[in-house]
Order: sequence, then structure tokens, then C-alpha cells
Amino acid sequence: MEFILQPLTLLTFFPLLGVITIFFIKEEQKDTIRLVAMITSLITFAISLWVFALFDTTNPNLQLEAKYSWIQIANWNIYYYLATDGLSILLVLLTTFLTPISILSTWTAINDRVKDFMVFFLLLEVNMNGVFLAQDLFLFYMFWELTLVPMYFIIGLWGGPRRIYAAIKMFLYTMVGSILMLIAIIYLGIKTGTLNVPEMLLKLPELYKTGAIPLDIQMWLFLAFTLAFAIKVPMWPLHSWLPDAHVEAPTAGSVILAGVLLKMGTYGFIRFNLPLFPDATIQAAPWMALLSTIGIVYGAWVSYAQADVKKLVAYSSVSHLGFVMLGLFALNPQGVIGGILQMINHGISTSALFLLVGMIYEQTHTREIKVYGGLWSIMPIFGTIMLISALSSMGLPGLNGFVGEFIILLGAFGSTAIGNPWYAGISALGVIMAAIYILYMFQRVFLGPAGEITHHHQLRDLNQREIGIMLPLIILMFWIGLYPKPFLDILAPAVTKLLAGLPL
Amino acid sequence: MHTSEVINTGFAFLSPGLILAPVIGLIINALFGRQRGENFTGMVASFAVGVAFIISILLTYTVAVNHGAVIHWTIAEWIHVGNLKLDWALRLDSLSTTMMLVVSGVGLLIHIYAIGYMHEDVRFKHQEHRFNNFFIYLNLFIASMMILVSGDSYLVLFVGWEGVGLCSFLLIGFWYEMDTLAQPSWANSDAAKKAFVTNRVGDFGFLIAGFLMFWYLGSVQFDAVFQAAPAIAHTQPWVIIAITLFMLVGVAGKSAQIPLFVWLPDAMAGPTPVSALIHAATMVTAGVYLITRSAPVYALVHNAQYIVALVGAITALFAATIAVGQYDIKRVLAYSTISQLGFMVAAVGMGGYVAGMFHLITHAFFKALLFLSAGSVILGLERGHHHSAHDHHHGHHDKPNNHGHHHDDNQAHGEEVFDPGDMRNMGGIWRTMPITFVLYIIGTLALAGIFPFAGFWSKDEILLDASRHFPLIYGILSAAAFLTAFYMGRQIWMVFFGEARTDAAKHAQESPLIMTAPLMILAILSFAGGALNLPFAGYHTLGHWLEYTLGHVEALPLNLQVAGISSALAITAIVTSWILYGLKPLQPNQIDPLKQPLGAIFSGMEGKWFIDEIYDTLILTPFKNLALFLSEVIDWRFWHDFMHDSVVVKTYHWLGDTVFSTYADRKGIDAFFNSWGSESARLSAVVCKTQNGLVRSYALAILLGFVIMLSYLGYTTIH
Repeated sequence: MEFILQPLTLLTFFPLLGVITIFFIKEEQKDTIRLVAMITSLITFAISLWVFALFDTTNPNLQLEAKYSWIQIANWNIYYYLATDGLSILLVLLTTFLTPISILSTWTAINDRVKDFMVFFLLLEVNMNGVFLAQDLFLFYMFWELTLVPMYFIIGLWGGPRRIYAAIKMFLYTMVGSILMLIAIIYLGIKTGTLNVPEMLLKLPELYKTGAIPLDIQMWLFLAFTLAFAIKVPMWPLHSWLPDAHVEAPTAGSVILAGVLLKMGTYGFIRFNLPLFPDATIQAAPWMALLSTIGIVYGAWVSYAQADVKKLVAYSSVSHLGFVMLGLFALNPQGVIGGILQMINHGISTSALFLLVGMIYEQTHTREIKVYGGLWSIMPIFGTIMLISALSSMGLPGLNGFVGEFIILLGAFGSTAIGNPWYAGISALGVIMAAIYILYMFQRVFLGPAGEITHHHQLRDLNQREIGIMLPLIILMFWIGLYPKPFLDILAPAVTKLLAGLPL
Repeated sequence: MHTSEVINTGFAFLSPGLILAPVIGLIINALFGRQRGENFTGMVASFAVGVAFIISILLTYTVAVNHGAVIHWTIAEWIHVGNLKLDWALRLDSLSTTMMLVVSGVGLLIHIYAIGYMHEDVRFKHQEHRFNNFFIYLNLFIASMMILVSGDSYLVLFVGWEGVGLCSFLLIGFWYEMDTLAQPSWANSDAAKKAFVTNRVGDFGFLIAGFLMFWYLGSVQFDAVFQAAPAIAHTQPWVIIAITLFMLVGVAGKSAQIPLFVWLPDAMAGPTPVSALIHAATMVTAGVYLITRSAPVYALVHNAQYIVALVGAITALFAATIAVGQYDIKRVLAYSTISQLGFMVAAVGMGGYVAGMFHLITHAFFKALLFLSAGSVILGLERGHHHSAHDHHHGHHDKPNNHGHHHDDNQAHGEEVFDPGDMRNMGGIWRTMPITFVLYIIGTLALAGIFPFAGFWSKDEILLDASRHFPLIYGILSAAAFLTAFYMGRQIWMVFFGEARTDAAKHAQESPLIMTAPLMILAILSFAGGALNLPFAGYHTLGHWLEYTLGHVEALPLNLQVAGISSALAITAIVTSWILYGLKPLQPNQIDPLKQPLGAIFSGMEGKWFIDEIYDTLILTPFKNLALFLSEVIDWRFWHDFMHDSVVVKTYHWLGDTVFSTYADRKGIDAFFNSWGSESARLSAVVCKTQNGLVRSYALAILLGFVIMLSYLGYTTIH
């Protein structure tokens, strides 16, 4: 019992209880299944709040450790090792926060095979939390790969017309990227004799200094990890699985995909790439900044040309995640803290946008921008919530997106690691371009004369359940926008420690 | 700055109320406004602004008793990251309180006017429920504007700066499903989007300026920036030049200067109170405020200052030429606003901060007056149009208008689109709308710079500053001043004199008191506003007041030569306009009498020098085409289809078929790599036949895996 009651173990694996319960409920009792899933995810969220209450925000180190020797092969010791710090706690909270919201959003949208859906969804939650909490590379890799299976089925079974193609494409891209990472993990394990990250961090500097791992090998290791994470982020030009996955995924899938799964990639960089390969990180920073900048401008530009709202939001993620990566590789406090905060912000705003797109899709079964128009006067609440989410996404001051984007750009502008202000300067153009594509979408859907759909459909405004889904997200948008202090306070100590480890 | 004195913070604790009052107002209206009706909404919104106005007065008093000492009022911590320390902090000094008074004072009058205006406007458009929205946006605007003028750092200012941009977007697009003639169209929402995007271009400049400040001056807080700037100006002057010029980009966006002025004329799509409040009196002057606020930085780089002045002066003249060729009553005023903002920007560029601020204030009075009076004219014509349409519809039953019937009438006459804002549809309105007429004349005289109206004093101060050191700018501004008087004269003759050119004009009806009363107050201010800063020894009130913030300002006495020349120019311009438009009033369907003599030049003015078209061809179309190219060719056909289907997938197959088969066990490898092809078939089979068991087995496998792992771990920890 003592083992299971470890806060982080309980947090990670609690959804399994829901899974087991659901296995014993009959397929036909859909509402019971939904309710069980919902309650499970809410309790998980409550547990995560409890974990947060136990968390010491002033402590930059790993906390609430659950560490047990797990598998011994030769002289390797693989640990079951969960722990959290300022770098991951917010992402865990984001995961447990978005899961019940997503489940609630499927209430009427998912009607086929509700049982399987909820089972996969809760399994997904286990793995996502595992990814953010694991401190052993083997354990991390296991969770990392296992997120794919539920997501594969969520897209492949409940997705749109091209769901099979999209699911396989996502699976393969991620798998291929991960294989090289696995090789790198094994190499690191052999060289350091451990897969336990904190232990590895103690041993690596010596190996680097003595040349036991030369710089070019470090560079290759960095690249192997980078490939796995960059596909997940996705960084330009590895993004081509994303529009497919998003467009085909059911709403809840898109929310989790954009809200959490993409963050696994960016999280991987700060958790592993930066501390494990410090010299390579410094060398790669300008190049990562270049790719991020291209991603920001390219994603925004391509967004503007989309005819499908969901695809527009999907490409906007390429642009937003570009900001996150630019911030992380600025390698100064503003950039990195901004980058992590922007992960949360993106998780909030883009989830909101995907949820809203899903809500209108449920009524009209189309996402084509041109058939809408004049929707605001028919659906005023929907329009207003969409406007706030859109403004948050385009970084209006006073809402969350601005705080993140501003400190990222500020950090990148003066970053010594990136070395010149041009990338930040060009990325700031992304702020203009975000206004262009977001306002284009908002105008064409909500303003102007009534379009085809607006005319012919009997549309209803959001119901209470839908407003209830959106309200927490809207509150967070204002909270982080107006008073981000609690969030920044969580990030600052851990980021300071992280940056202190880099040979800047 | 008298920082050594003990500061009596007095009413400073009320300063958050500047923002809170309108925010509370809008929340009340958002929650209860619609059920409680129009009077409630209007009262709540106006009351909220009234509270802000009273607070502004108290804060001004507090600053005054402290002899201008700056009060910093910190509300909360905002963004603290590394050495970036940003707070929600307000700054009370003579400059910010002056702006507060203008914003809340003019804002209050316009709120009251809007109760009457929107009452009718929503009925003409059959959208009564939107009345409430209008006042929510208007209050949001006041709150944002207050953040803008009271922020104690460039970033807090920026919050307001973008906030007013959002409100501008919402209010320009208030009638988002129609055009200015109330026909179904994308026009109004296009105008709204254009305003927001153009402003964002300016904001880009603002952001870059902010980054430069932070990294080279160490802060974005006003005092810290001003303190650090002189040293850097010595060692790295390019930094200060870059900061000031990037800031100028922001100014050009917000204050509609070349090359970013294009959004403001289209912004007239918003209801008239919006044009008056946001697009004439307050928001668009934010750029002038920003430069005045940054005076200590601009003072360090004379070249950059000169560029600012030149941009302002050229904008002043350029926009004035366009105003001459317009027919829409509000468009003339819109270009006039751009032109007058050019005067202000030129003034602050030349270092004439007091002159610029003085003109900002008087312009707020008389341009708000003109816009609101123009709104009164438009509504008057609309009433006349409905009246005559009503008569027409009912044959000879000459009954007085019944408001309830407007709906049917309008629909019956839906096919004939009447433009109540086109000056060619007007004429002779002084007879039917005498109050509006007198008010309009007062506004016009003030704008034209006729002695002793407010505009005379403020414009003269700018011209005087220019005449002393900047002959080129003096010349350009004088030409612009001439055109100003001319296009206003043209407008007066076309709108109010001659014979009515349409039935609507003939039957135009005067506006109710709730609209004209605020206008009378503005008229008094437009007449007497010059008293704020009379150029005589012992006066210069505004100048001395702003000296608290700006440091010593040279107070110039009245220069009779400059005043004489500008008055002569204005009177000549009005007489010329009388000869052209007053002597022989425009007849229905007559082309503009200037068209013949000026030819292509007039076509240019009429066509706004085709700037919109040029931007369209050079920037917008390429941007769109490139977006399509990137999306379809590069992203989809190349990255998505070719790279993926051809390169990646074929590589899999090639690896599977050739490389691995020679080295490894063919069966195992095949199973993996061929799964690329067969997996999809298998999965679709799973989906089609809904073999629950197979799918579920994956889930079960994961679950069992976890359970075994946890049980094992639980077991080992016990032992």
C-alpha cells in the first residue's frame, strides 16, 4: 500500500482504476461509462492538486520522489523512478486539467464504442503523466511509446474519413524518431552505467571532460534525441503528420494531441537535451532558433491559406510551438521560462479553439470556413468565447498568450546563445501574421453576412455543458494574462538551476 | 521633477478606479444590460465614465498640490522573470492626468450622445438588442485607454495600446454583417480587420523598440529608460535612433501616419460616436502621447526627431489633399483627422511637446464636435429619408411619422440604396437642422484655425515652432492648413447651403436634446479651448502644467507675423471654397467643380491617391498568393505528399526489401515493414467488422502490463 500511496504513483496510475471499472460495465450503458471516466479523471485532477499542494515551489530540485529498483540486467539497474520539479509540475497539472475537459466534450460527440474510447482515453492519461514524471530513461521511453497506442486508436477508430492514413502516419513518424532516441539511450546507458537521469547527470560531466564521450558523439546523441522530440513538437520541417492527425482526430483527440502530446516533445528538450548534452545544446542553439523562426513564420503563413478551420488551428500550432522552441533555445531565463509558460498557454488556447471548432462541427458537420459567416448574431455566446480564445491565441496583452510570447521574444532578442536579434525580430513578425490568420478566421466565420450554413441550419448557441467546458479555460486565459506570478514563481527556481548547468 | 519634496499621495489610491469603474460598468451591462433596457445600459455606462472623470479631476488635483511630483502607484506584480521586473503600476504626473481628463471628459460627453444616437441607429438597422453591446465595448475602450495613458512602463502602456486596438476592431465592425449603407456585405468587418492588422504592424515596431530598451537600457519602465538613455546615446547612438524609429512605426500605426494611415478612413464604418471618440479624439492621439511621454529619449537624437516631424508634416499635407476630393461627410473628417494628427506628430517631432499636446486637446474638442454633428446630420437625413419614403409609400396620406412602421417601409424600399452620408445627397440643411448647423460651423471655424476659436491658438503654436527652426516643415504645414480651411469650407457649402438635392435632405429632422446637449458643451470648449494655453505672458497655463513632466519649456509669445499669415491663408481658403461651392451651389448629379480645372490631380485626390490599390498589389496580393503557394505546393504537395509518400514510404519499402533481407531474418523484418502496407488494411478490417475483442486486447495488454509492473514493484518494496 505504501508504494501505491506515493503521491506521484497514485497520480499516474489512478486512471487505471477507472479503466478496470469500465471493463466491468456493459457496452450499452454509455452514460455510466462516461460518468465513470469523468469521475476518474476528476479525481485524478484532484490528486494532482494534492500533489501540487505537497510541492515546494521554492525548491529547484526533483521532489516527491518515488524511486524503486525495478529491473536488474547485468550491472544495470533500471529504476521505477517518478519525480517532479518546476519543469514538469505545470505540465502534469495541464494534463490532468485537460483530460476531464476533453472527456466532457465527448459526451454527445462520441456515441460509438464509448467503452473503448474511454478506456483508451484514461490509458492515455496514465502514459502522459508518466512521460512528464519519469526520471529513468527506460521508464520514460516506455511511457513515451505507450502514449502512441491509445492515440493511434483514438484517431484510427473515432476519426474522420482519412483516419487510418492519419493514424498510421502519426504512429510511424513518432516511432521512427524514437528508434534513434532508443539507440542513444542505450549508448548513454552503456557509457554511464545507469539510465537514472539524475545519476547520469552526475557522471556525464566527467565523461565529457575526459573525452570518454567526445564532442561529436555528444552532438550525435543530441541529434538523436532531437529527432524524436522535434517530430513530436513538431518542428518545421517535420510537421507534416500534424495536419493529418488533427484534421482526422475527434475533438477530444485533437485537444489532447495539441494540448499535451505536443508538449511531450518540447518537454523532452528541457528535461533531457539541455542538461544531458550541454555543449551540443549551446552549439545547436542558433540552428534550433533558425528552425523555430522558420516554423513560426511558415506555420502562420500556411495557416492563413487554409479552407478548413481545424487545419488552420493545426498549422497555427506549428507557429506557436515555434515560439516555444525559440524560447527554450534562447537559453536565458526569459526565453526558457517564457517557453515553458507558452507550452501551458498553447495548451489552454489551442485546446479552447479545438473544443469550439468541435462544438460547431457537432451541429453542422462541416469545418469549411467559406460556408459560415455571420455566426455571431446567431450564436453570441459561442462567438464571444471564440473571440476571447482567438485573442488569447494571437497574444493580446491582458490574456495568457501575450505573457508567454513577449518574454520569449524578449529573451530570444538578447540571447547570447542564439547570438543575434534577427531571429527574434523576424519571429515578432509572427505576431502580425497571427493577427492576420486568426482575424481572417474569426471574420469569415462570425462576422459578415450570413453564409450558407448560418442560413440553412437551425443552430443553437452553446448549452450549459459546453459553457462549463469552456469556462475554466477562459478563466485561465485571464489569470495567466493578468497575474502570471504564481506560474512564473513555479518555473523560476527550476529554470535557474537548469541554466546554471549549461556552460554559457 | 520635484522628487525631493515629501509627496502627498492624496487621491492617488483612487487611480485603479480609472480602470475599474468602466470595467465594472461593462460587467454590469454584460450581466444585466439586456434585460434592463436601453436607459439602464446607457446610464450605467455613462456613470462609469463619469466616475472615471471625477477620479481624473481628483488625481489632477493631487498632482497639482504636489507641484507635479510624479506618483507611482503599484497595483500588483505582473511579469518578473530574471532581471525583467514589470508591475501593474500607474504613473500620475501632469501629462498622464491631462490625458485622463481628455479621455474621460470627452468620453463622458460621447457616451451621453451615444445613448440618443444608438437608440435610433439600432432601430434603423433592426438590431435593437445590440444597443447593449455597444456600451460594453465603449466602456472597455475607456478602460483600455486609461491603462494606456496611466501605465508606468512601456509595457503597461502597450496593454492599453493593444486593448484600444481591440475595441477599435469591435466597434468598427459593430455592424459587421453590412456595409456603411446597411447592405449585406463584408465591408464593415473588412474595415475592422484592416484596422487591427495595420495596428499590429505598428505594434511590431513597438515591440522591437521595447526589446531594444530592455537589452540596452536595462528596463522598459519610463524613469529607468529615461535615466539610462543619455549614457547609451553617447556610446551607442544607433540604439537610441533605432528605439525612436521603431517606436515611430508604432506611432504611425496607432496615429494613422504615413505609411500606415490606410485603416483610419475605413474605420468610419463604425457608428459615429465611435468615429468621434476613438478615431478622432482619443485613441488615435495615443501616438502623440507616446512621443511626448518619450520626450527625454527623442531629445537625444535630433535626426530621428526630424524624421518624426517630417512624417507628421507630409502626412498632414497628403491627407489634406485627399480630404478635398471626398464626398462622404465622415470621410472628409477622417482624412482631416489624419491630417491634424500629422500636425501633432510634426509638433512633437520638432520638440514642441506643449504645442502638440495643446493641439491634441483642442482637436479632441472640435473634431469630436464635428464628428458628432456629422452624425446628427446623417441621422437627420436618415429620418428625412424614412419620412419621405413613408410618404411615398402611403401615397398622399400625409400623416406624421410613426416610428413603429419604419421596419416595413425600409424593407419596401430596400432596393433603392440611399446614402445618408454622401454630401451630394445633402444641401440646404441649415434650414431643417439649425442647431446642428450652428454647432458644425463652430467646429469648422475651430478646425480651420480662425481667430479666436481653439484651433487657432493650438495650430498657431505648432506653426510658430516650425517657423523658427524648420522652414521646410513650416511650408508643408502651412499648405496643409490652407487645404484644411478649404475642404471644411467646401463641406459647409455642400452640406448646409444651397438647395436640398434629395427628398431626404429636404425633410431632414433635427436631433433630440440628448444628442445636441453634449455637442453644445463641446462647442463651448471648441470656442474657448484656446484659453488653456494663451500665448501671453502670465498665461501659458498648459505649458506650465506640462513643464512638471517635460522639464523647462520655452513659452513663446504670440508672433503676429505667423498668426497673420496663417489667418490670411485660412480666410483665403474659405473664400475660395465659397467661390467654388457657395456662389453656385452644387446641383443634383453635377460633378465637382474642381474636377474640370484640376483634372488628373482631382482624380488622384478623389481616388485617395490609390494607396489602397498600391498596397493591395504590392503587399496584400503577393502575401495571399505566397500563402497559397506555401500551403498547397510547398507544404502539401512537397512536404506532405512527395516527401512522405514517395521518399519516406519508399525508403521503408526499399529498406525492408533489399537491405534488411540480405542481412536479417526476412520474415521478422518483413512483418514489420510490410505492416506499413497491410496495417491499414488490417485496421480498417478491425473498424469495419467492429471486432471489439481485437481492439480491446491492445487496451487490455497495456492495462495488464501496468498492473503486473505495479504489483511487482509493490511486492518488491514490501520485501
